[in-house]
Amino acid sequence: MKVTMTVNGASRSGEVEGRTLLVNFLRDTLHLTGTHVGCDTSQCGACVVHVNGQAVKSCTMLAAEADGAEIKTVEGMANGDGSLSTIQQAFQDHHGLQCGFCTPGMVMSTAALLKENPKPTEAEVRHYLEGNICRCTGYHNIVKAVMAASGQDVSTIAAE
Amino acid sequence: MYNFDFVKPKTLAEAAAAMAGDEAQALGGGQTLIPSLKARLASPTTLVSLGGIKEMVGVCTGDDGSTCIGGATTHGAVAKDAAKLYPALAKLAAGIGDPAVRNRGTIGGSLANNDPAACYPSAALASGATIVTNTRKIAADDYFQGMFTTALDAGEIVTEVRFPVPEKAAYIKFEQPASRFALTGVFVAKYKDGVRVAVTGASEGGVFRWKEAEAALSKDFSAKALAGLSASADGMITDLHGTAAYRAHLVGVLTRRAVEAAA
Amino acid sequence: MPKDHGIGASIKRREDVRFLTGAGNYTDDINIRCQAYVYFLRSDVAHGKLNKVDTSAASKMPGVVRIFTGADFAAVGGIPCGWQVTDRHGEPMKEPAHPVLAQGKVRHVGDPIAAVVADTLEQARDAAEAIELDIQELPAVVNMKAAVQSGSALVHDDIGTNLCYDWGFVEENKAAVDEAIKNAAHVTTLELVNNRLVANPMEPRVCVGDYSRATDDHTLYTTSQNPHVIRLLMGAFVLGIPEHKLRVVAPDVGGGFGTKIFHYAEEAFCTFAAKACNRPVKWTASRSEAFMSDAHGRDHVTKIELALDKDNNFTAIRTETYANMGAYLSTFAPSVPTWLHGTLMAGNYRTPLIYVNVKAVFTNTVPVDAYRGAGRPEATYQIERVVDKAARELGVDPIALRRQNFIKPDQYPYQTPVAVAYDTGNYDATMDKLIEIADLAGFEKRKKASAAKGLLRGLGVNCYIEACGIAPSNLVGQLGARAGLYESATVRVNATGGIVVMTGSHSHGQGHETAFPQVISEMLGIDESMIEIVHGDTSKVPMGMGTYGSRSLAVGGSAMVRATEKILRKAKKIAAHLMEASDGDIEVKDGRFHVAGTDKSVAWGDVTLAAYVPHNYPLEDIEPGLEETAFYDPSNFTYPAGAYACEVELDPETGRVTIERFAAADDFGNVVNPMIVAGQVHGGIAQGVGQALMEGAVYDDNGQLLTGSYMDYAMPRATDVPFYQVDHSCVTPCTHNPLGVKGCGEAGAIGSPPAVVNAVLDALNSGGIKIDHIDMPVSPSRVWAAIQKAKA
Repeated sequence: MKVTMTVNGASRSGEVEGRTLLVNFLRDTLHLTGTHVGCDTSQCGACVVHVNGQAVKSCTMLAAEADGAEIKTVEGMANGDGSLSTIQQAFQDHHGLQCGFCTPGMVMSTAALLKENPKPTEAEVRHYLEGNICRCTGYHNIVKAVMAASGQDVSTIAAE
Repeated sequence: MYNFDFVKPKTLAEAAAAMAGDEAQALGGGQTLIPSLKARLASPTTLVSLGGIKEMVGVCTGDDGSTCIGGATTHGAVAKDAAKLYPALAKLAAGIGDPAVRNRGTIGGSLANNDPAACYPSAALASGATIVTNTRKIAADDYFQGMFTTALDAGEIVTEVRFPVPEKAAYIKFEQPASRFALTGVFVAKYKDGVRVAVTGASEGGVFRWKEAEAALSKDFSAKALAGLSASADGMITDLHGTAAYRAHLVGVLTRRAVEAAA
Repeated sequence: MPKDHGIGASIKRREDVRFLTGAGNYTDDINIRCQAYVYFLRSDVAHGKLNKVDTSAASKMPGVVRIFTGADFAAVGGIPCGWQVTDRHGEPMKEPAHPVLAQGKVRHVGDPIAAVVADTLEQARDAAEAIELDIQELPAVVNMKAAVQSGSALVHDDIGTNLCYDWGFVEENKAAVDEAIKNAAHVTTLELVNNRLVANPMEPRVCVGDYSRATDDHTLYTTSQNPHVIRLLMGAFVLGIPEHKLRVVAPDVGGGFGTKIFHYAEEAFCTFAAKACNRPVKWTASRSEAFMSDAHGRDHVTKIELALDKDNNFTAIRTETYANMGAYLSTFAPSVPTWLHGTLMAGNYRTPLIYVNVKAVFTNTVPVDAYRGAGRPEATYQIERVVDKAARELGVDPIALRRQNFIKPDQYPYQTPVAVAYDTGNYDATMDKLIEIADLAGFEKRKKASAAKGLLRGLGVNCYIEACGIAPSNLVGQLGARAGLYESATVRVNATGGIVVMTGSHSHGQGHETAFPQVISEMLGIDESMIEIVHGDTSKVPMGMGTYGSRSLAVGGSAMVRATEKILRKAKKIAAHLMEASDGDIEVKDGRFHVAGTDKSVAWGDVTLAAYVPHNYPLEDIEPGLEETAFYDPSNFTYPAGAYACEVELDPETGRVTIERFAAADDFGNVVNPMIVAGQVHGGIAQGVGQALMEGAVYDDNGQLLTGSYMDYAMPRATDVPFYQVDHSCVTPCTHNPLGVKGCGEAGAIGSPPAVVNAVLDALNSGGIKIDHIDMPVSPSRVWAAIQKAKA
């Protein structure tokens, strides 16, 4: 079957099977390989994208379900001029990533969080990111980056 | 995944018709179904998405004052839209899985699946909810029939769940450390005519009512009313995350904490 | 002012830009035209005789290119082991065959039986279901102690035992150790399990094999920490492909933690099948597949005895460990419980006599090999748990007991009784720093606040030492390593002054692309932006031993320094020629070459241009061009050390433990990028907390893996850890490498498990619940059960 969706602002179409997952459509058909697959039980969150403005695990949604939807992936998160967005910049500034594999999902979940809750507390950040597993950072600098991206002063949080 | 045909009806009638086919399977938010399809544990020939049926989405107050939730309403929507109507239920919804899961998973899907460690069954049972399907209304006490088993017939769709709103209620979940499902979860709801206590995660038989606690709390809705009461470990789940005895112990602790939180 | 460039500056990572914008290039992002996909049919029983693997029906399924079974690999070598351990009696370890696809028997759940190559992955999977199997199930060998009893079923019938080796270290000390323990004023004994772990880098393993009929060249893209090692092992021992016909590329790799060091059957398969099918062949592991095919870590069962004299000085340590090897010997598996574990049993202390016995055992489980720390966490956990227990038994302060037995700053170099000699250290300094940053002074107040909530608060403090940059090659060769443990670097200076460094180290999260240029910038006085790091491709980098054991900067960085020193020597000659001076008078400062004592200077770019446009050049003396290679083989390990503190709250009703505070004071020697170093410690701590409280791979008696996905294997999430206090300002530079660096990648995972468990036991014991030990993971149900037992 044919599906059409708006991906990062552009209309994109492609043939899919009933069983094609949204993440496979993005990675294999549209070659948007920034969205990753890190597990098969909907837990790690490396595959988080936005569907109609909401964070969704694209490995647990059929491409057919996204027909007609507005999709945003990590490839669409930078500023119009290509520079890093506030969230992306905060992750770089505060060393919120190491191997980078979970990072796209972290960025997308962070964007969803800050839309809902522009000044989250540490506990709120940690709770919101419960569905995004990172094996490298121990979460310290991720939480710090998210709080910094929300405009909060993070200078009192242990730096090094 | 085995391949299947995908259909996305716009009305309940169309969905019911599509479900009449052999090996058709309803797709709610897919947060449980899709992982099991990926593991090739199920092989439907047709997947009937319920996500396009507008009449199945939303939270409202019924004529009798109950909180009515459309079967295709996501956990995230319940967390927001039921916050004023039935706070304990909204809080339960806000604690299921993680935000991305809550944006897809639906109440109808959760209740139709009846995972023994899912949260919603405890709310439905403790609230004495009515599960409305495309063909009938089923009382929660009749609906849950054991692990992954419900009163639903093949092809039957959960269209709405009606929760009588209690005077006081709380849900306390003790998370299984890996899956974050309920290792044990207890929902306590105090109504004018009595208290209902439903336990999820603990029993081989799925969600159940702890009648002894209900009796004690109906007389005196306080933590001290539970003193000396303990749930039996018979029929409780033993797995690598906890023994039956541990789960039985947690039932007692969490019930007390739920009463304290509700009071 | 903190530095903003060069060594010691917290420069932001340049690699982040591509990862943050979805522009990374991980192996699964690589697709080659016409590629086919392989699905491995894996054993669902732990141990069985393969009576029949009938692929005839499956071969006719849609999209199938070819189905391979063990028979297709009969003429090919098995997966080799890279380290041969010699046992107590001078005999080599038992080294069973490890075929690419199972031959005759399956030996663990996940052992690959057949491989289906098809046009799509789903077609391959469909066809795999049509393969007819007849497996005669055999009794599974799971428990290590039962496995070495006579009458046990055998994982490998041909070697006649499940005991891989029985290793004693130092064997000559055994009698003296036994005597010392017999005569001790006090002996503390502890039996403990170092739980089996799954490394779980977030990127599952992937490989893509490619082959050119036109040139007979093979290419393997793989998620590896050391592509050159894979090229050597696979080329020389498995497939018989010479290095010049085999290119191995490890592009962006999404974490490793040890489990991506090893050479795996899937790599050999994809390389082999690409030629056999004349099509690129891709394999992407699902997470479930990763759980049953990635080498696991730890899995030691140990009894340790610590002897003390009447003044509480440590006099001897004796340990007996059963170490699980799994069903086959993974690449470095034999070295982990032996040379990476026994040699660290002195810890931070002056224990004069030590004897370590290790029995390595085959079982019907996934192979076990190095995982972050590899052997050193096992040593640290035993020592720091037994010392804590001794302090409790003797009624003395655990910190004071440690300090009393520390190796003191004036005792370096310190020769331990377990072969290694520590070059530098200052354990009192890191302990002092820890006490400060962990605010131990405020603990009692916090404990009262916890008690007011009905919670028990506990404090765990411990030390650790590790050995990084395993070396030198001539020593490790004597110890059984079948590889050298040097590193190489080529520094290529281009005509206009830019530099490309080709390093054999591999970054899979460590930030080499940012940190390595800081070193060269410091040496040459040029901006970091002029320096580019190339790694992970055997066709670009001359040779490499890769990244593991916290060795990148200490060994790979040292090679880069040596090559840059050669560049400098040559560049000075060119500069001297340009300024008609003597090269002995040339000084380098701020990116210029100066003639000492004069105002004459030339810019870096003038010199590099002269090297490639040698119109005015000492051609009679030196060749044109400016490119140098160095191989660096360290003379000793490095010995990072530190002190860690953990504070937990424990809910005595549910047994739930939460980490409230965590502090780490490390001595890593000199630090190049403090921001990156802190990040390494943070991640290590989270993994250590995971091991201590949450993680554990569990097999049932039939050898079924009960923790085969994130539904049952508990991964630490953001809610499970606090912000950490980390410090690395206590510096005793390494004395034998040019940068004075020690390595920081594993420390967090080594130092943290005992801190957590010590804290849990402190919470319980200080709360009046007398419990000596709880094995990891200290899960709520285990804590609750221990409390019930203590109360009974």
